[in-house]
Amino acid sequence: MDTTGTISSGRAVRVRGLRKRYGTPRAGFKHAVAGLDLDIDRGEIVAVLGPNGAGKTTTVEILEGFRERDAGEVAVLGQDPAHAGRDWRARLGVVTQESRDLGELTVAETIRATARYYPAPRDPDDVIAAVGLGEKARTRVRSLSGGQRRRLDVALGIVGGPELLFLDEPTTGFDPQARRSFWDLVESLRDGGTTILLTTHYLDEAAQLADRVLVVHDGALVAEGPPGTLGGAEARTPVVRWTQDGEPRSERTERPTELVARLARETAGPDGEVPGLQVTRPSLEDVYLDLIGAAPETTKVAS
Amino acid sequence: MTASPETRTVIPAAPQPGPARLPGIGTLALVRAGVELRSFVRERDAVIFLFLYPLVMLALFATVFGKEAEGIGDVTVNFAQYFLPGMIATGVMLTSFQSMAISIAVERDDGTLKRLRATPLPASAYFLGKVAQVLVTSALQTALLLALAALVFDVALPTDVGRWFTFAWVYVLGTAAGTVLGVAFSSVPRSGRSATAVVTPVVLVLQFISGVFFPFYTLPSWLQTIASVFPLRWLAQGMRSVFLPEDLATLEQTGTWQHGLTAAVLAAWLLVGLVVGTRTFRWRRRDDG
Repeated sequence: MDTTGTISSGRAVRVRGLRKRYGTPRAGFKHAVAGLDLDIDRGEIVAVLGPNGAGKTTTVEILEGFRERDAGEVAVLGQDPAHAGRDWRARLGVVTQESRDLGELTVAETIRATARYYPAPRDPDDVIAAVGLGEKARTRVRSLSGGQRRRLDVALGIVGGPELLFLDEPTTGFDPQARRSFWDLVESLRDGGTTILLTTHYLDEAAQLADRVLVVHDGALVAEGPPGTLGGAEARTPVVRWTQDGEPRSERTERPTELVARLARETAGPDGEVPGLQVTRPSLEDVYLDLIGAAPETTKVAS
Repeated sequence: MTASPETRTVIPAAPQPGPARLPGIGTLALVRAGVELRSFVRERDAVIFLFLYPLVMLALFATVFGKEAEGIGDVTVNFAQYFLPGMIATGVMLTSFQSMAISIAVERDDGTLKRLRATPLPASAYFLGKVAQVLVTSALQTALLLALAALVFDVALPTDVGRWFTFAWVYVLGTAAGTVLGVAFSSVPRSGRSATAVVTPVVLVLQFISGVFFPFYTLPSWLQTIASVFPLRWLAQGMRSVFLPEDLATLEQTGTWQHGLTAAVLAAWLLVGLVVGTRTFRWRRRDDG
């Protein structure tokens, strides 16, 4: 990560030492974000992972200009979100976590009206088709299913043609097929040059979409890297599991075949089989769970 | 998602935002007005309880009490004529104050405001859209009340310009004050669900003590005094001065129409609403940072 401290114009997001706490002096403070550094290059898709309460949404909302920070430097598309104006807003797309609004208009009316807020919007019909709501274009928003509503949220987030798109748990309520289609959409947005910051609980989503994954725990960054190398090579060492003398055994090794061959010679039963034999390579999910399990739990401070 | 043939998942790149400029406030206000009006007419609750209510009440009361005359001595008018100004005032209050207070409270609660905040839409365009919606619904409602009274219940509408001038300024001041007070009051309900329950009783009580349902002079004087603090009483009295014979001014608290005081009270509430509204307006729920 670049730490030279220069404001780079090639960077979509640059965050240094971001802090945000909630609470009162009497009740004590909870640090939602405790000294976070973050860089996102233009055209990059970055996924932020972390358990509930890790500070993901707080961070995203500070970047979106919805929340004020207590400390730290933040530049989003070169500007401080706390003081940026309409020009800046027009370059962002925001898909927030929850939404229950927009009941009485149809899908098409809603998307068309929103498109008109922007200086250079996408064609609303393209957007409706891209999120797969073509058949629902004339349906009132109130009668959409949960997954369809979420697709409308995504449509409203991209209709302005944003340079930088925030997606806060975008695929909640999607069925597997809808998620696949959504992933295709995100990839085509990236191909069009859109920078995307994605928070998600789905590890496969992060693995599929993200160029880089950030793991946040207790308001701080605990790991970052491409999904394939997150946690370092060590975290991905294959694990061989077997049963010996009635006891479950396991060993991590870079040479699992060699180990299995040795086990076959030494511990196989009369039938030539090693009881309970398994060879697994840790998935992103295993690595992630390791990371947040190992992270220190120190955020409750009295003031 | 059902894999329909029209489902595409690829989207063309966005147009380059080079020379394009942000849309102007006027254009945006018109877009918002369209959204607001369409939402309003499609919302059955709003249409029935805000828009049709004064019309139904006028028809109902005029039919039930049609034979009774209101007035003093030789100067009497039929009940519909006496009731009309109160219903116009009520309508203005409902379409401005109640409609603003409830809709903004609901939109804050359900995330509409937060969503708009995330777009380049300026706050002024949002409020102009609301104001346009109030103006259109309220003007239409008032026109229908006048038509109903004149065509069905034989109410003679004023013919001189002076009275219509009075009507114009009372209507504009009343609508403006109601609208900004509605924006201010929208922060009072704690949730969108409770908005109707919190706002409606306020409006209902004011209707009863402001001479809308009962002639104002029949209320005890202490209640008249309390009612005089609030705008609806003055709005109703201003409307009476338009639609009732000059001689019936003797039934008012001071025996005159008190136009000066009416203008002053309504203007004061307009100012209060502006100050409180701009200071307390929030884009987000209280429990959301």
